[in-house]
Amino acid sequence: MAQADMLWRGLRGVALTLVVVFFLFPIFWIVLMSFETNETVLQVPPTLTPHLTLQNYVALLSGKLNTATGIINITFLHNLWNSVLLSTCSVLVALILGVPAAYAFARFRFRGGEDIAFTLLSFRFAPPLLVLLPLTLYFQDIGLSNTYVGLIWIYQLICLPLILWIVRGYFEDASPDIEYAYRVDGHSWWKAFTKIAIPLAGPGIAAAALLSFIFAWNNFVFALVLASADKQPVTVGALAFVTASGIQYGIIAAAIVLSILPTLALALYAQRWLVEGLSLGAVKG
Amino acid sequence: MNTAITKNGLHAQAIRTAFGKTTVLHDVSLAVAPGETLVLFGPSGSGKTVLLRAIAGLDPNATGHVTIAGRDVTTAGPEGRSIGVAFQNFALYPHMSARENIASPLRARKLPEREIDEKVSAIAKLLKIDHVLAQQPRALSNGQKQRTALARALVGSPKILLMDDPLRNVDAKLRYEMRMELPRLLRRANAAAVYVTQDYREAMALGDRIAVLIDGHIVQLDDPERVYAAPASVAVARLFGDPPLNLVPCRPTLANDGLHVSVFGLDLTLSMAGALAGREAMLGLRPDSIAIFADPQPGAVAATIAAVTPLHGKVVLLLRTQAGDEILASQVGRAPETGSTIWFRPETDTALLYDTETGLLAGEARTATEEAA
Repeated sequence: MAQADMLWRGLRGVALTLVVVFFLFPIFWIVLMSFETNETVLQVPPTLTPHLTLQNYVALLSGKLNTATGIINITFLHNLWNSVLLSTCSVLVALILGVPAAYAFARFRFRGGEDIAFTLLSFRFAPPLLVLLPLTLYFQDIGLSNTYVGLIWIYQLICLPLILWIVRGYFEDASPDIEYAYRVDGHSWWKAFTKIAIPLAGPGIAAAALLSFIFAWNNFVFALVLASADKQPVTVGALAFVTASGIQYGIIAAAIVLSILPTLALALYAQRWLVEGLSLGAVKG
Repeated sequence: MNTAITKNGLHAQAIRTAFGKTTVLHDVSLAVAPGETLVLFGPSGSGKTVLLRAIAGLDPNATGHVTIAGRDVTTAGPEGRSIGVAFQNFALYPHMSARENIASPLRARKLPEREIDEKVSAIAKLLKIDHVLAQQPRALSNGQKQRTALARALVGSPKILLMDDPLRNVDAKLRYEMRMELPRLLRRANAAAVYVTQDYREAMALGDRIAVLIDGHIVQLDDPERVYAAPASVAVARLFGDPPLNLVPCRPTLANDGLHVSVFGLDLTLSMAGALAGREAMLGLRPDSIAIFADPQPGAVAATIAAVTPLHGKVVLLLRTQAGDEILASQVGRAPETGSTIWFRPETDTALLYDTETGLLAGEARTATEEAA
């Protein structure tokens, strides 16, 4: 019995290790790569005791990369700023539009309401490429291509459905009687919305905002097609390191590590709300 | 009273609500004077809460007119009606302390901080929750939540007080406590109060008048004693009273000394008018007006006791005659054993007679009428 128990535990340990290695090894490898020179990275077989260097990070942060063919200017910090700007603004716009809409869908039954809500969700079904080509043409015509406004607008395809559907569930969870009680007390409809409905849906709004921030941050294809170099976020910016003199693996790795840091920090910070917020209905006021 | 109602009370006129094609309220009207408590009594789904919401202005689909203290508020939102509402599920603000919950109606009026503080403390003391004011609703017991909700409804001294079955979600002991306390609170508030309940004892204890709402119609509006003594229809009779009224099918015949009915093999004489003579009818007998004997008596029927249930110091007996008819009787004191044989005699002085076809009250024994008068 005890032996079988030991065996079971041992097997479980092995299985767990395998899973962890499977998922975490790529991340470990990227982090390791980011501290290696391109030569070390390309070495076959890879060395297990590489010479670690900070030169990739220095290059990214200083904006100058020395290669065999000369000095390349790197706009990484600008790309990072673009990412922050695009993601933050997109989430803000999505919150301003999505939270009242979610409230409307949750509280009022109106003609075509379900259809509209479903249509918004269906933006998430369609592959982005389906809309990208016509969008590019439109945007060129109306002068929105390669503008922050245009990108933030298109990012609503990512953020708005997410916020709408998560937050709607939260509004539906809270009893309308609580808002009614507040209005009966003599407060206006707007006050009931801002002082009661929004705080009660708070965890859901936070979770939805965080999630859509991450999705917006990680978006690649919209920015690739609709923005040129000076408006590109980090996801697209890393492409610049595929240069004429070769692919700068070390630099790409360092750029990836730097670009996941903000979302990672945000996710860790907001972990509590994220978990609470996504387990719909588990948190009742 | 009518002038008082138009001046300070509540007037709801021809309130109609429909959800899709289903009409929930059929032009219901009621009037409540200041200081009066009208109990809205009815089974679940009868439209009590819907009516309350219509009066509170929470139902945009409701039609009809609502006048509060002489002011037509039909088009006003809930915030413009100066009402207090106690919701069945308490509807406390989970993210605010009990104090802030209670203060909410005062804050809406932008009263100075000191006045708010005084009023909240006073009402909290009255409701014995002054020691939990700092806590959030989730830290309160059910009874405290309920008292907080009541305090919030009362604190602004509203002209109209609407209570949607506020004792539904509290345990029996608290319900009893509050049933004792509420009349005093309501008198002090001096508001025109509408109190919704499905519990006839609560209705009897709190109502100055009772409106019985069934399927969106007010089928009876009367003093509690009258509703109890003479339910206006079979449906009301079935709801009002515990144990409920016995309804025995019969076909009355008219004779010189009054109306005769033959039930349980007995020939009973009812001292009432003979409108139903020769038609299908139901004889209504209160369980407490069934006399029980241990020995055979003249005019009594033998029956076996099929079941015994103690209820509030009484025992309720389910009796079964040899013919298989069943009747409920209640008596004070020790219960005879199940299965034993006893003799019972219906007392006709409080008997009621219902028309089977319409279900409406067609006659009541004269003594019952006199008592009520």
